[in-house]
Order: sequence, then structure tokens, then C-alpha cells
Amino acid sequence: MKTASTFRELTREPRVEVTLDGEKLCLPDGANLAAALLVAGVTTFRKTPVSDTPRGPFCMMGTCFDCLVEIDGVARQACMLNVRAGLAIIRLPDAQVPNAET
Amino acid sequence: MESDYVIIGGGVVGLSVAWGLLRRGRSVTVIDGDDGSFRASRGNFGLVWVQSKGMKQPQYARWSQTSAAMWADFAAELGDNTGHTVPLEQKGGYDLHFSEETLHATIDTYETLKTQLDGNYPYDVLGHNALRKEEPHIGPKVVGAILHHQDGHANPLKLLMALATDVRKMGGQVLTGQTVVDVAKPDTFRVTCKDGLTLCADKVVLSAGLGAMQLGPRMGFKAPIRPQRGQVLITEKLPKLINRPSLIARQVDEGGIQIGATNEEVGMDDRVTQPAVSALAGEAIAAYPALARAQLVRSWGALRVLSPDGLPIYQESADMPGAYLVTCHSGITLAAAHARLLPDWLERADIAPNLEVFSENRFDFS
Repeated sequence: MKTASTFRELTREPRVEVTLDGEKLCLPDGANLAAALLVAGVTTFRKTPVSDTPRGPFCMMGTCFDCLVEIDGVARQACMLNVRAGLAIIRLPDAQVPNAET
Repeated sequence: MESDYVIIGGGVVGLSVAWGLLRRGRSVTVIDGDDGSFRASRGNFGLVWVQSKGMKQPQYARWSQTSAAMWADFAAELGDNTGHTVPLEQKGGYDLHFSEETLHATIDTYETLKTQLDGNYPYDVLGHNALRKEEPHIGPKVVGAILHHQDGHANPLKLLMALATDVRKMGGQVLTGQTVVDVAKPDTFRVTCKDGLTLCADKVVLSAGLGAMQLGPRMGFKAPIRPQRGQVLITEKLPKLINRPSLIARQVDEGGIQIGATNEEVGMDDRVTQPAVSALAGEAIAAYPALARAQLVRSWGALRVLSPDGLPIYQESADMPGAYLVTCHSGITLAAAHARLLPDWLERADIAPNLEVFSENRFDFS
């Protein structure tokens, strides 16, 4: 029984290495990123910029925008992405206005 | 069912009037449509706005100012009564300009209006640097802004919810999912719905938004109104980025940035289009470059309810005395006036506001 996560893995894909806030994680290749992070025990994806309270995936279908993480400098919905090797996932630090430089 | 008033239309306009009548002890039945109806109350931008209104009719500027001045008290009362806070911020709003020419042309028109309003038109002109002190995220393409101190913005959905709650709490009947098919006045008014339901009342208020295009003429009104589409966008929730609202963008109380709005003459079509969404996003990014990296959460279209001159219409029917047409573009801004002052006009009270300039007789129908 897993203790780190209450979620059980469904996929049996080969694992690839990604980083979360610079730390290495091995997630199933091609899996839904939000689901894979939940299985890996990551429940807090970000804090809301308004009330500074923790948030994680809620709808898992691209609607709620609660699973936002930063990838390549852009806030993305983790539930709308697939795991691929080398993904550098950053949990948005405390409330920040997006960087204006493109 | 019988009541003093039947209000046709349960959006912000109809509910504001219903609220004011209920507070005066009148019995009220509100007839509302369904999710297939065009509902400006659910799609609007949420400004409580004074500047640029009534440039050709100072009475409209005054009416907007009157409502804006009553808004905070009105919102507080709704919040106390219902427990639903109606977020409101009135610390001024901007008209942003990307060219010196348009900025100065606008100042000229504001000066004319200010004179007509005996000086009650408090605004400041901010050059780029002054604006940047107020709005650190403003972009280099914005040459300046007019900061009007009577402007502000609210959460229009929470206003709608608070109104709908309080109207019911005060004993108002709200019938939803109904379509009115006929209004007759054999003696008292008889309002017939599609499903056969008939309601009797001493007076009828037609505040059905675009629904008045069809019903109005049958009740003796000209009801010269048309739809105008506005598309808007909203971003993910962001930390404070915009301090004061403008017609281009505002940061709502929940953190998202609402971006607006198109003005499109496309009939009864409230869809969104990709070119419009792109253009809106482009303009917002020109105003606030940081938005280039923000995620859009949703876009939607809604239909404005416009008279030929854009001003409200308040009209009693000549054919059916006791029937009133109440329609306007700015149901949010005018909500406080509609709730607090319009009932006096409907009740023919001595203190009723003079709404003569808003009669539909101002339009030439020859």
C-alpha cells in the first residue's frame, strides 16, 4: 500500500525523468501530468495569488485552472499536459505578476 | 395570481425595480426567462461607470452620477439583507489612450460636459509617467489616461445573486423558465405566459432586455432597441496587476482580469469569434504587457440592449396606461437608481425623478 499518495497508478508506461522545483521525479511517460504528480504524492500545485491558499487539481478536465504549474516560463494546466522526458516543472512561487518579457 | 406589479424580465434591471417596489410594500411578481434567453445580466463587464456617458445629453450623465453615488449604500444594504456581499470599488476609473490626439479630443468633450454639469465632473488627465505611478504595469504605448473619480466597478454576478435573493426574501414571486406571449388590459392587466399561466396586476413593467423588441410594440411602445454584441475575456486569477478599471481591462475582486469588449452589430448572435478574441487580447497586452503571459480562462459574448442614442428608455404606454417600458444599456451602473428612485416614478410620487428626456418620444419615427 502506498502511503505517500492516496492515488493508485493505472498506467504501466516506462518511466522518464522530470524535475519538480529542480528535484528529480520519475513519472510514467505520456501519462496525464496532473494525475502523475498526484500519484507521486504532490497535492499542492500552487497557492492562489489572491488568498495565498493551497490549490491542486480539481476538475481534471481543463476548466478549473487550479492545477497551474509553470513550464518553460508559462503557467500551464497540468491536467492538459502529458508527461515527457526532461519536463522542468516549477510550482509557481508566491504570488507573482507574470513576467512581461517574452 | 394577482399582484400590484408584474415585472417582465428578471435580470438586473427588472430585479432592481422589483426590489425598490417591494421595499415600498408593493406586491411584485417577476417573470424571468430561461438559460436560452439572451441575458445581458450574466454577460456584462461590471463597470459602475460615469465618464463618457451623456456627452450629448447631460441629464444622462447626471442620472449615471446619481446612481453611482447611491451604489455603495445600495450594495451594503443588499449585503446586510442577504449575506451575499456585493463587491464594489469606486476609487476612479480610466479612459486609456494610445494617441495624444484622441486624448485631447476627449478632454475637449469632457470640458464641454463639465460646464453643462456645473463643474460636477471630477477628472484628472494623467500623462504616461503620472499614470505609471498609479499603474506600474501600464505599457509604453499608453500615452495617457483620463482618471475620472466617479467611476468604479462591481461584481455583477454577485449583484444579480443578491438581488434575486433579496427580492424573494421580501416576498417577491420570481417565476423562472417563463416566456410572456401576451399582455392585455381588459380591466386590470393580464399577462399570459407560453405555458398558459395568466397573471393579473395593476401595473406592468417591461424590463425584458431584448425581449422588449417583440413584446414592446404589442403593449403600445415603439421599443426601438437593438442588440449589439460585446465579446469579453477573462484570465486566470492573478496577483494585483491593475489598480483601477478601464474599458479595456479590469481586475475583478476574485483576481481574474476581465478584458473587453467588442461592439458588433451582428443581430441576435452572441457567439465568440477568434479574430475578436485576438484583437481584444492584443489591445489588453498593449495596455498591460504583463498580460502577454497570462492564461485566458474563458471568453464569451453577450448582447447589449441599445436604444438609437444609447440612452435608457423610461416610458409609460399611451395605449395601456400603467404599463412601463424600462430598458437601458447600463443596468449595472443604473441599478441603484432603478432600485431607489425609479419606483417613485412608477408610483407617480411627488418626489419622482423627472425622466422626461428618457421618453421614447425623443426618437423621430416619421
